[in-house]
Amino acid sequence: MSTDGKRFSPHLATRRELMLGAGALFAWAYMPKLAQAEGRDPRLLTIILRGALDGLATVAPVGDPDWVRLRGDKGLRLDGDRAALPLDNVFALNPAMPNFHRLYRANQAAVVHAVATPYRERSHFDGQDVLESGIVTPGASDTGWLNRAWSAMQPADRVNPRQAFAVGPITPLVARGPAPVMSWTPSRIPPAGNDTMSRLLDLYRHTDPALAKTLEERGALAAIAQGDMNGMSPAKIAATPGVPGAAVRAYFAEAAGAAAKFMARADGPRVGALAFDGWDTHANEGADQGRLAALLAALDGAFGAIESNMGGAWKETVVVVATEFGRTARINGTDGTDHGTATVALLAGGALKGGRVIADWPGLSEQALYQARDLKPTTDLRAVLKGILRDHLRADEKVLARDVFPGSDQVRPMAGLTA
Amino acid sequence: MALDPKSQAASALHRFGLGPRPGGLDAFAKDPRGALIADLGAPNAGQIRNDDLMTSREALLAAYDYRQEKKAERVARRAEEEQDRAARNEMAKAGAAAGDKLAMPAAPPPAPGKDDKPKQQSGVPQQIFLDEARARFDAAMNADIGFAERLVWFWSNHFCISADKGVTRPVCGSFEREAIRPYIAGKFVDMLLAVERHPAMLYYLDNAASIGPNSDAGRKRGKGLNENLAREIMELHTLGVRTGYSQADVTSFAKVITGWTVGPPRLDNARSGEFFFNEPMHEPGPQRVMDRDYDQPGAAQGEAVLRRLAEHPATAKHVALKLARHFIADDPPPALVERLRTHFINTGGDLKEVSVALVSAPEALEAPRTKLRKPNEWMVASMRAVGIRPSDVRPLVRANTMLGEPLWQPPAPNGFSDMSDAWADGLPQRLDIANRFARQVGEMIDSDAVAEATFGPLLSRETRETVTRAESRAQAVALLLMAPEFQRR
Repeated sequence: MSTDGKRFSPHLATRRELMLGAGALFAWAYMPKLAQAEGRDPRLLTIILRGALDGLATVAPVGDPDWVRLRGDKGLRLDGDRAALPLDNVFALNPAMPNFHRLYRANQAAVVHAVATPYRERSHFDGQDVLESGIVTPGASDTGWLNRAWSAMQPADRVNPRQAFAVGPITPLVARGPAPVMSWTPSRIPPAGNDTMSRLLDLYRHTDPALAKTLEERGALAAIAQGDMNGMSPAKIAATPGVPGAAVRAYFAEAAGAAAKFMARADGPRVGALAFDGWDTHANEGADQGRLAALLAALDGAFGAIESNMGGAWKETVVVVATEFGRTARINGTDGTDHGTATVALLAGGALKGGRVIADWPGLSEQALYQARDLKPTTDLRAVLKGILRDHLRADEKVLARDVFPGSDQVRPMAGLTA
Repeated sequence: MALDPKSQAASALHRFGLGPRPGGLDAFAKDPRGALIADLGAPNAGQIRNDDLMTSREALLAAYDYRQEKKAERVARRAEEEQDRAARNEMAKAGAAAGDKLAMPAAPPPAPGKDDKPKQQSGVPQQIFLDEARARFDAAMNADIGFAERLVWFWSNHFCISADKGVTRPVCGSFEREAIRPYIAGKFVDMLLAVERHPAMLYYLDNAASIGPNSDAGRKRGKGLNENLAREIMELHTLGVRTGYSQADVTSFAKVITGWTVGPPRLDNARSGEFFFNEPMHEPGPQRVMDRDYDQPGAAQGEAVLRRLAEHPATAKHVALKLARHFIADDPPPALVERLRTHFINTGGDLKEVSVALVSAPEALEAPRTKLRKPNEWMVASMRAVGIRPSDVRPLVRANTMLGEPLWQPPAPNGFSDMSDAWADGLPQRLDIANRFARQVGEMIDSDAVAEATFGPLLSRETRETVTRAESRAQAVALLLMAPEFQRR
């Protein structure tokens, strides 16, 4: 299939080939020369969460005096049935993430809070562009920071053949660029349909009630048939903005686990990228039990799958999880959150100096909020990424400032993230 | 609520065409009616030029040869199995005679028999079918506006045949190219004559085997009449159901067209795989059909009845209603139907004039957009809008089937429904297809720009916002393709 000059794999070829895209793994198979000279063989896996993750619901500042006032009973707390998992004396982790909590306590996971890209508007697409391209102007580049960083590196002598697996239909922007890309496509279908379905229903309800009625009736039945919402009545399904179920957990685990399996191999890729959709929680966010909790549980499962499939390579691994921006500090009128600014970045891996929440905490008082609505960004995400690229992969600092994150001279790489 | 001219133009382009390709809307908006009429006036409008495609005759002969080959293989295989079995029996007997039971061979695996069902369609007929499907999709994707192509689809559905009937599978596409496409801007009667004499139709509605009871063949073989084609010509192709013809008229007409058959491919002569009038099957003598006597010799008798049916007032009304229903509304305004009916009558069934009358009617631009696009219309419009060019046609054929409109395979001779309700059930399947398209191209596409280029001012604020607020580019594309603006026309 070609789309206006770009070639893709055969269109609608098989369900397996088709439904990928969002979660495909892209990676390159060679190791960086400098790291090898030190006797290391580092791995870096980047996971992009598309839709804007609510950082405050993922890692909650339960020790902040304004927390309860802001989120009320929708906010995580340290007591009750679904008690958050304590990280330090201010922050606690969403209870859906026991794996990440275990890694954190083993100093193999860290959180960077109140972090944001340089993007300050609130469009998903533009925000994703800035996050993945590494360039401040949205839509200005067809290449991503991960690819540019990798292509600038000196491969070691032991360069693996850059043979490609079947290339999936769409490479995430972060991984596009001059370096050759191998890709692998998970056998599962990324089950992003529920959220799309509920947005569509909302549009139909406002513009075309007949279509809304049809989709509610037929779509709900189809959802039951897919097995993701067994036991729910059609009305309930139609009213639920996509609580992800077992299919989502399985998909996240398979995609991330397979990435780890390839990257663990002696001749496998050393850098990879994945993207998971579904984080745009405008209504019924369900931080403690509901949609977001289910997504975070799936992400937690992905961490577990990466750790176990990396095997011995886990100790040389860093996993970076980042999203385009955060969400409003307050809960909105539909028990969700709207597009915001600062959020969290999650780091994990045996190569990490973890067990820390890294934050220049801005606070949550009225004056402290960005534009009186969002968590204020105090850390530039590029500092985190540059720190990891420099210290873990041994990327050249000048190249990072010039080619990988152009115009970021003032953004110093964050030191000491890796052991 | 009158629409502004640009909205009217966008509406007309979706209603009568296959949806704009990038940039198409602006060019079209200067003179929507003129552009639609020009689409029909182009030389060879609606035709497919492709020398690689087979004629119906070639396709029928190729399919016949293929079946013969398969048959020969089966016969050979059976003979081999028979030999094996005989040999085993010999051995068994010899073994038993020697008292050596161990020499008995294990029981042979069951021979492939009834469980050996034909798999998915395959082989030569299916390959021809797919080549034709490819050509049809290409014609739709490459059309500038697509009005001529939409008329092809309309008439092809009006005079439908079905690939389900085995023997017709390899000629579904050539039927459309030979009997429909050349006439969409010609005379209705010429299309009718081409259709009813086409091998595909003669096979599909069984006339190829219909024999006059008093013909030579009828008397010799004791076989007889098949009324299927005669009835459907009257009920579906021309007059319409309950328009005054009787069972006696159907029977007489069936007798009139006995002998209208197809030269058997096995003979491999000049008539093989083509229409031919087989006198020995034809019911001799005059027939009375709808109060008129027909005493013409040979095939001229049937031709005379068809000409009469084509100019019958009930046919004009039937066609006018179907066209208006297909393009404008499930219950079209009576004034519009009347306008088309009179044009049909006054021009002697000139389909170009009738089509011009359709796009010139006020409703062409002003009617509310209530029709649900049929699945293939929607799929093609989607691919045109986002620039998908499939390299393999099979997934599209499968998608059509999944959406309830399998290509050249309607459930019955009345074709696929033109009523919106019939297609509502498939909405969740459309979402599935939209997601597939979106995952293919989502990240490459500026969905806001596509929305603007596809609908211009027709785009509702709600749809615009929904697309803009999508959480990913892929989701934005899926939502746009599923928006009411895309589903309705």
